[in-house]
Amino acid sequence: MHDLPKRNFFDVEAARQRCLQYRKRILDISQQVQALHIGSAYSCTEIVDTIYHGLMRLKPDGTSPDTFLMSKGHGCMIQYVILEDHGTLSREDLDLYCKPNGRLGCHPDYGNPGIEASTGALGHGLSIAVGMALAERGRKTDGVIYTVLSDGEVQEGSTWEAVLMASSLGLANLVAVIDNNDFQSLGRTSETHPTFYPLAAKFEAFGWECAEIDGHDTAAIFAAISGRQGRRPFMLVAKTTKGKGVSYMENVPIWHYRSPNPKEYEQAKVELEAGAS
Amino acid sequence: MRNTFSEALYKAASANPDIYIVVADISPAGSMAKFRDQYPERFINVGVAEQSMIGICAGLALKGCQPFAYTIATFSLYRPFEMVRDDLCYQNLPVTVVGMGAGVIYSTLGGTHHTQEDIAIASALPNMQIIAPCDPGECTEATAYCATQKAGPVYLRLGKAGEPNFTDKAVDPWKFGKLRYIKRGTDICILSYGVIMQKAMQLAERFEVKGKSVSVVSCHTLKPLDVEGVRDALGRHEQVIVIEEHAPQGGLAPRVKQVAWDIQARCRLDTFTLQDAFIHNYGSHDDLLAAHGLELGAIAAQVGAA
Repeated sequence: MHDLPKRNFFDVEAARQRCLQYRKRILDISQQVQALHIGSAYSCTEIVDTIYHGLMRLKPDGTSPDTFLMSKGHGCMIQYVILEDHGTLSREDLDLYCKPNGRLGCHPDYGNPGIEASTGALGHGLSIAVGMALAERGRKTDGVIYTVLSDGEVQEGSTWEAVLMASSLGLANLVAVIDNNDFQSLGRTSETHPTFYPLAAKFEAFGWECAEIDGHDTAAIFAAISGRQGRRPFMLVAKTTKGKGVSYMENVPIWHYRSPNPKEYEQAKVELEAGAS
Repeated sequence: MRNTFSEALYKAASANPDIYIVVADISPAGSMAKFRDQYPERFINVGVAEQSMIGICAGLALKGCQPFAYTIATFSLYRPFEMVRDDLCYQNLPVTVVGMGAGVIYSTLGGTHHTQEDIAIASALPNMQIIAPCDPGECTEATAYCATQKAGPVYLRLGKAGEPNFTDKAVDPWKFGKLRYIKRGTDICILSYGVIMQKAMQLAERFEVKGKSVSVVSCHTLKPLDVEGVRDALGRHEQVIVIEEHAPQGGLAPRVKQVAWDIQARCRLDTFTLQDAFIHNYGSHDDLLAAHGLELGAIAAQVGAA
């Protein structure tokens, strides 16, 4: 049984600074490779930062009793740069991203430091998280499983199998966040699937505790998750902007995948700095 | 076979609190009910949600548990195929995917419930191990292996119910990855696995009536196949016969032919498989096998045992 208390304070200014540095680091890496899902990573930067730095507890040995699983594997650049910041991944690991001698690719690979599961094919992560939550409960630990899903994943039938199962099993140690940027690869989710919304109501109907917040507001993310009742699985619908922080990337589907050219890179750097100040 | 599986699993779960079974809406008969009643927190029924069944097993295994996924073979392997591939095989997790009632055992339920290509499909997956016991005795041994091994995922292909034991007096013990001689002869060797072993045993009797000395071998581990054992069997007998309840491609028959080619085997080699076809017949399990051409008299006539 773990006996680490919940974190009860989250430094929003420190989070803002971290998120700026993470976005800039991702931007730098974008100049080494042609593709890295930059828009998807910028969309969930604050979400993943808050989970790692506000919600997951740390034991004295630096490990956590809690687990983070990046179900939307294509957003893993933000996880990589956070793990680099923690020293879990090395600078060399990220410098070799998607290169022949490197070990990091466009999707998280189980076996790499800090990576809890191989994701990338969508619709797998939530079932895996349910299994992890069951294992923690079976061992009578208080370990919490945090996972981040994409809009596209919520279209997968397998996700709904897991949604139904998690609440049926009463998995109070499962926290999922939907990075609800309203985009999938080819366009707006609200256009391809007009009945996608309301989203939170769907999860509530499936027996989850739900909240909906601005997904770039770290204080709101922290407050919603840490303030949950915790008797059922918890779903946070985080309203986000794909490509957040760079004007020409925001809500433009091509930035799901491509990397900025040198001119775009310089502009992005300026805009990120300006937006964060 | 399903009852011996359940009993073996119950025993293993009693000794190891990390053993879970995740089932997809399948009747918890016999010892499975005992498992459910005694260890309810480790008996998970996901309902008709096979993708989730595999994903949940992956999550349990990633946390160090030893889970079994259990349902009818078509639904345990085909329906959640990408989860089996990515979650279990790619991550190389010690999860056993139990395919119950494989082949054409569900003989009145139609082609949607037949599992004719499972060995081929599972064999194509890196890291996957495949075991198909031929009788309840082997099922117990295989289940015990699955409950303790950490090498990676296993596809455990089972029959259904009421199978006789063929291996009580087997020459060899059951050992994962090794051919098992149930009886050892000098003239003819019959290689088989799974429930259809009954036909292999009956065919051996017909040869023996004619004065032939016959080996009958359970190829219970289909991946990794005991290639050395197959090579030896091809080299020691003047006639080798493969009988399997599986499509002609991707199963034991083509593997044995491949080995025979590689070693330039000089024996006669006959193979009998299901057809590469969806058939629309109903009746008993034997009726379905006969419709596929797997009828004892017809096989015996072709191989000189009539």
